[in-house]
Amino acid sequence: MVENRKPYEQAFFASKPLGFTKFLRTFFFWQLIKFAIINIKMTLMILKSHEN
Amino acid sequence: MSKIVVLGAGISGHTASCLLRKYLGKDHQIIVISPTKKYNWIPSNVWVGVGDMKPQQVLFDLEPIYKKANIEYINAKATKIYPEGSKDISSPFVVVEEMTSKEVKNIEYDYLINATGPKLNFDATEGLGPSKNSQSICSASHAVQAWENLSSLIKEMKTGKNKTIVVGMGHGMATCQGAAFEYLFNVESKLRREGVRERAKIIYMTNEYELGDFGMGSLHLKYGGYVAHSKTFTESLFAEREIFWIKRAHPIKIDKNKIKYETLDGAFNEQEFDFAMLIPPFAGVGLKAFNKNEEDITSSLFLPNGFMKVDGNYNPKPYIDWDAEDWPKTLQNPIYKNIFAIGIAFAPPHPISKPMQSPNNTTISPAPPRTGMPSAMMGKAVAQSIANLIMGKDKPLHTASMAKLGAACVASTGTGLFSGTAVSITVFPIVPDFKRFPEYGRDLNYTFGEIGLAGHWIKLFLHYAFIYKAKQNPFWYIIPE
Repeated sequence: MVENRKPYEQAFFASKPLGFTKFLRTFFFWQLIKFAIINIKMTLMILKSHEN
Repeated sequence: MSKIVVLGAGISGHTASCLLRKYLGKDHQIIVISPTKKYNWIPSNVWVGVGDMKPQQVLFDLEPIYKKANIEYINAKATKIYPEGSKDISSPFVVVEEMTSKEVKNIEYDYLINATGPKLNFDATEGLGPSKNSQSICSASHAVQAWENLSSLIKEMKTGKNKTIVVGMGHGMATCQGAAFEYLFNVESKLRREGVRERAKIIYMTNEYELGDFGMGSLHLKYGGYVAHSKTFTESLFAEREIFWIKRAHPIKIDKNKIKYETLDGAFNEQEFDFAMLIPPFAGVGLKAFNKNEEDITSSLFLPNGFMKVDGNYNPKPYIDWDAEDWPKTLQNPIYKNIFAIGIAFAPPHPISKPMQSPNNTTISPAPPRTGMPSAMMGKAVAQSIANLIMGKDKPLHTASMAKLGAACVASTGTGLFSGTAVSITVFPIVPDFKRFPEYGRDLNYTFGEIGLAGHWIKLFLHYAFIYKAKQNPFWYIIPE
């Protein structure tokens, strides 16, 4: 067991991603969709900022 | 003909000078004064610091770019401002010292933009800095040195030695947690790729009250049916990558292999290390100001920390009374209306994160970040304002308040075209506004976070897009700030 994940050590209280979540983070096709979504969200935020 | 002098050629100064040239006809003179000959795309220094990019990929010569853009460039350091002129010179002017010849010159101006960026205040902590006992990635040359030291460490780990690596903040009031966060995870990723991860204990040392504060008073995000605090996601990433953390810390002294630090509870501790990259606190560059009678008026133009006063509310007030309206909007100096300050050079009215003090009266809380996207947007707003003033357009000044602007931040957590990851975060607004958004201070429809390969692609795309833009290549102005 990793030292800082032992009971009552700091990382013991943190949530950790499961395997499928980690897989999706670098799964090419899922990330292509994410790429489009993040770009749209960032563009909307930038447009909102430029409004001001 | 008007003469506009821009002090500095970083993200904010370069944006302002290039846009001014676009807005104004060629009969107006634009002069950039910068002590550095090269433009540095600082967000990618993190990759230079782990050997994944060469310094020439984040640097390029400024002079040919300015020549192409018909902007005059002087490789010099500004030392004094005479906003009323002097006994001998009737116009306002700045005193500069040329970097190579050391010749001192007076440069007159009609409008002045102070975009000097910060002084990296390594002296604030004993033993801090690349010429002493810790590394930095604040400049490309620092990042090169950091990689030289890290690569030597990796070689030793490959011989079976265990090492301790500390990454974080070099002072209790330092800012740029994002840069330290990126470097931390890029070091971790590099060690994995080099096959020595199990040989390293990696520790993040920060002045944040909780992980995920980032000097922005943290943020909340909608996730999985909850509104979750950034601490949840940040701690999760640390736990996943098996990184330890020391929070609420103020390094007091960096010895050759030991950090002495104080924590917010007043305790004094020590942490040994074999490699440490610690971000220094920032200060103003030390410009002095004088009136027509050549009396020192530095305190009327600058705060004691060296940052320039603009149209913010600088009356000291407790955290509970902080208001989004305190933040500067036009970035115009209230006394000398032809002087503006942008990027790190302007004085924030107060931090964004709640100030905290230890029982020993040591302030341990981050200073406000004001780099990257907001810096460029300030540069644009001030360029638009000055162009309107020069062209006699009777329009209100353009604004770029950090309490009205959002920011996109893409923090790399490892490189690789198909295996890299990055955290993509947007916040709106940067400075929480609890009057407009009473519960969380921000609009949760425009505040989000994701981690994954897509973020790495975006970070890589932004690297090339912003260097393309900064080089003034065709249609550069289409790329937003």
